[in-house]
Formats: sequence, structure tokens, C-alpha cells
Amino acid sequence: MTIEFRDVTKQYPDGTVAVDKLNLTVEDGTITVFVGPSGCGKTTSLRMINRMVEPTGGQVLLDGKDVAEGDPALLRRGIGYVIQHAGLFPHRTVLDNIATVPLLSGWDKGKARKRAAELLEIIGLPVELGKRYPAQLSGGQQQRVGVARALAADSPVLLMDEPFSAVDPIVREDLQNELLRLQSQLGKTIVFVTHDIDEAVRLGDKVAVMRVGGKLAQYGTPADVLRHPVDDFVASFVGRDRGYRGLSFLSAEGVEVKELELVEIGSAVPASDGWRLAVNTEKQPRGWLPPNSTVDGPLSEDDLVAGGSLWVRGTPIRGALDAALSSPASLGVVVDEDHRVLGAVVARQVLDVIEGTPQAS
Amino acid sequence: MSFFDELGRYLSSANNRVQILGDLGDHVYLALLPLVIGIVLAIAAGWLGHRWAPARQVLTVVANLLYTIPSLALFVVIPGLIGSKILDSVNVVVALTIYTTALLVRPVLDALDAVPPPVVAAATAVGYKPVRRFFAVELPLSVPVLAAGVRVASVSNISLVSVGALIGTGGLGVLFTDGFQREYFSPIVVGIVLTLLLALVVDLVLVGSRNLLTPWTRVGAP
Repeated sequence: MTIEFRDVTKQYPDGTVAVDKLNLTVEDGTITVFVGPSGCGKTTSLRMINRMVEPTGGQVLLDGKDVAEGDPALLRRGIGYVIQHAGLFPHRTVLDNIATVPLLSGWDKGKARKRAAELLEIIGLPVELGKRYPAQLSGGQQQRVGVARALAADSPVLLMDEPFSAVDPIVREDLQNELLRLQSQLGKTIVFVTHDIDEAVRLGDKVAVMRVGGKLAQYGTPADVLRHPVDDFVASFVGRDRGYRGLSFLSAEGVEVKELELVEIGSAVPASDGWRLAVNTEKQPRGWLPPNSTVDGPLSEDDLVAGGSLWVRGTPIRGALDAALSSPASLGVVVDEDHRVLGAVVARQVLDVIEGTPQAS
Repeated sequence: MSFFDELGRYLSSANNRVQILGDLGDHVYLALLPLVIGIVLAIAAGWLGHRWAPARQVLTVVANLLYTIPSLALFVVIPGLIGSKILDSVNVVVALTIYTTALLVRPVLDALDAVPPPVVAAATAVGYKPVRRFFAVELPLSVPVLAAGVRVASVSNISLVSVGALIGTGGLGVLFTDGFQREYFSPIVVGIVLTLLLALVVDLVLVGSRNLLTPWTRVGAP
């Protein structure tokens, strides 16, 4: 489903303009992220799609049909909505929370609960959690349930209002990955609001950067916005690291994977004057053995220095550079999808590849 | 003759026991019917006040004023207002309904205010219409705060019904007027004890009902 904003304006009675003549089309089956500082009208714009906020000018069209026509409650049942802190109903069990929209739409209880149980599985939560109340779940689990509730109606459109901003960074990354995984299966049209440019770049097929006063500053692919900010506002908002972040969109073609000396945990280790990577029996990296270290008996994890980040071969070049820079041995560990060691990269060679890559998109 | 012998003789009379039970039954009816009607009216008023700020102002002021009217005065005035007979027990029901409503308007407003706004917003966003949202989300979530108000109102009603005996309606207050007129302490003591017991039992029932209605408030954190 496409979502089209046509000259959409929201002005409050006191004269404040929250959104100013917004023109933008969200393509079918994509994730579009509205990003900007507080007061830029990103949440207001999102809420005009399901009429939680009514525009004072212009139109919002869903597949060409003005959302202002018809009953707002019925419109909302057809649009998934996820908010910060999940907004779950504390007095209903997890299963009943997820079943909310199907029950509102008149499904019978058994069918709605069955659907809810399926969704619990889809979002990766154990079925036993279905009987609990939201207060008995962790923040990350609650947020997942919030997503499941939004998916229950099987609506083609999903609105997400800073859904992951209240959870800690590690859980947030999990949730972001989960969302991308779900989206690759479901192909919904998702509008996602955040103030975090990293999150925007990570999740968005398209990013709409908005400025205070409700004006659209730039709308384009994340690579576009990072590499060619249209003005100083966008440049400063996407931040100083944007050169580095831009590497998220460069392929790592040309990066050389060198051979790496491996030692297996539990085996006897001969002396050596170079860094060696310790692996387990699955050939997954466990840490580094520094040069000239003496190990009595079989190698154990206590003998090791913690490693840096891992670069999964085939992912963008940013990971390769980060792996090289974060490694105590100055050797970035390259792994396959199952985290088995393939070799190493060095920062110098990665930079050569980057510099040799034309910057124009 | 000791007080306890006297009490024993009073209670051993079948006639007295029948009268006491009858008065107790009247008391329960006269106290609880207004409680139920008052809860319904207060929720309706609270709903209005919660949605519309001017109504809230008016409601809280009116509720406070109504509750300050002396009960005896209200019992006497009501027949003139609704055209009932002076000794009709409906006067007590109407008066106590007014008190219950007045007493509960404030707790209902507080209870509705205590429902987290993001939860209400989420209910709207998933497609609840306002009336259904009120009964399915806002009202159930306001029960913990509301229950505290209802407990106060129930005790207040149980105590106020006794005053009705002064204008000749039933209830355990009859035992007091009877005892005073005859300078006979046993009915007075029985009346006091039964009133206290009744208040206690009703309170237990209310706490039990609240717990049944709010299982989610007693679950541990993860």
C-alpha cells in the first residue's frame, strides 16, 4: 500500500505549526523512516496517517483513498501501530493483548487466540509467555508483544512511533534485526519514527529528515542523505561521523582476506612471536593469544586477550574497517555466517579499497 | 440483673430475633442499593468530567456541596422533592444515593486520571471507539483506585442508614430508637455490634471483588 502526503499541514489553535505543507510518498512494501530533532513534526505526521491527529490542511492518501473519509476506528483497525513502551494493556494477558484487533473486528475468541499464539511464535517469544501479564515481561519482550499486536490484524501498513527508544542498546539492536527479518518475510509498508539517525539509516529504505517547524528537509535513500546532505541542517543532523557511517552502504569488494594463524582451545601451543587467534572446535573465534606468550599445558580461555568486532564476509565495508581497528592484533577477524573464521583483514588495505571506490553514488 | 443476663434474655425472645433479622435485612438493602446506584451514577458523571474540563469543575463543586447537607435534613426534604410519603424508605435510598454519588465523583475522576495516557492512546490507535474503550480499557484499569473510594462510601452508607430510623424507616437504627425510648440497652448494643459486623463483612466482600477484578496488579516483576 502506498501512503501519500499531499500538502499536509497541522496547525494548532495557538498558531504553532507542527507540520508545514508536507509532500511525500511512501512506497509500497518499504520502510520509510521519519527522523529529526524533537519538535520537527515527525510523530504528528505519523499520527495523521491513522487520524490520531487530524490535519488542518491537505490530504493523506492510502492507495489513493483519502483517510479522512469513513470511520477513524475502522481505519485504525486496518493499520498496525506500535508505540514507545509498547502501550500494552496491563490488565490483559499477552495473548489477549495480541488478539485485541481481531477481537475488535469480530473474530471469535478461539480463532483470535490461535492467531495470537502464532504471532507469539513469529516474533520469537515462547508460547508460555502468552498467559502472563505485560508487567511480568522485560522491556524488550513487551516491545515484541507490541509488534505482534500490530501485526495481528494482518494489515499492510505498520506505523511505528519510536518503538525501540526505551530499551537498552543491545536489546534495541536485537529488535531492529528482528524487524528487518520480519519485514523481509512480510513486505509491509512501514513508517517508522525515530530521533536516532543511526536507527534511521539502519532500518530505512528511505529516510525523511525533518526540521523544527515541520518542514521536510530531505527525502532519499540513507546513502543519499549521508553522502549528499542538501543543506547545513541535514549535514549537522546526520552528524560528524557521516563519512564513516556512509561506509555502511559500500560493498567490500576488493578487500583481501589474508590467512591467519589459528590455535585451538584445549590443544598444546608451540611458542611464536606473532599474534594467533584462538578458536573453539567449531572454528569460532574465542580471543587472541599475544606474541611470545607461554602457555603451560592445553590452551584455555584464561590465556587469551579479548578480540575486537567480527566482520561477516559479504556485509558492507564498514564492518571490515571496524573489525581491523578494534582488534588488539590489528588484524580484523573475518567470519562466515556461522561465525567460523575465514581469515583476517588489515585496516591499511581496507582503506585503500575505500579510497579507490568512487564516492559518487 | 447483670447486663449480660439482660442481653441473653433479650436475644432469647424469638420475636426479638425476628425483628433484629428483619432490621438487618432492611439495613443491608437500604445501604447497598444506593451504593450500587451511586457507583453507576458516579462513573457516568466521572466519565463526563474526565472528558470535558468545564463539567469536571462543576461536578466536583456540586459533589462537595451535596455531601455537606446534613443527612437528617435530606431525609426530611426529599419527600417534598420527589413526592414520596414521609415514612417511605425510598427517601433513604434517594438520599444515600446522592451521598454515594457525591462521595464517589472525586475517586472516579482520580481513578480515570490514573490510567496511563499511552495505554489509552494505544487503545484508540488499535481501533477502539470511545464508549467501548471506556468499558474495555479505562474502567477496568481504574478499578484499583476506584475500589478505595467505594470502600469508604460503603462504610459511610452503612452508618448513615441508622439515621433513617429517626424518621421511621427501617434498618438497625430502629434498635437504637427503640432502646433509647425504653431505656433498654440490649437492642442498642446489638444494633452497634451488627452495624460494625455488617460494615466489616461488606468491606471484605469489596476487597475480594476488587482482587477478582484486578488479577494483573498482584503479579511479580520479571
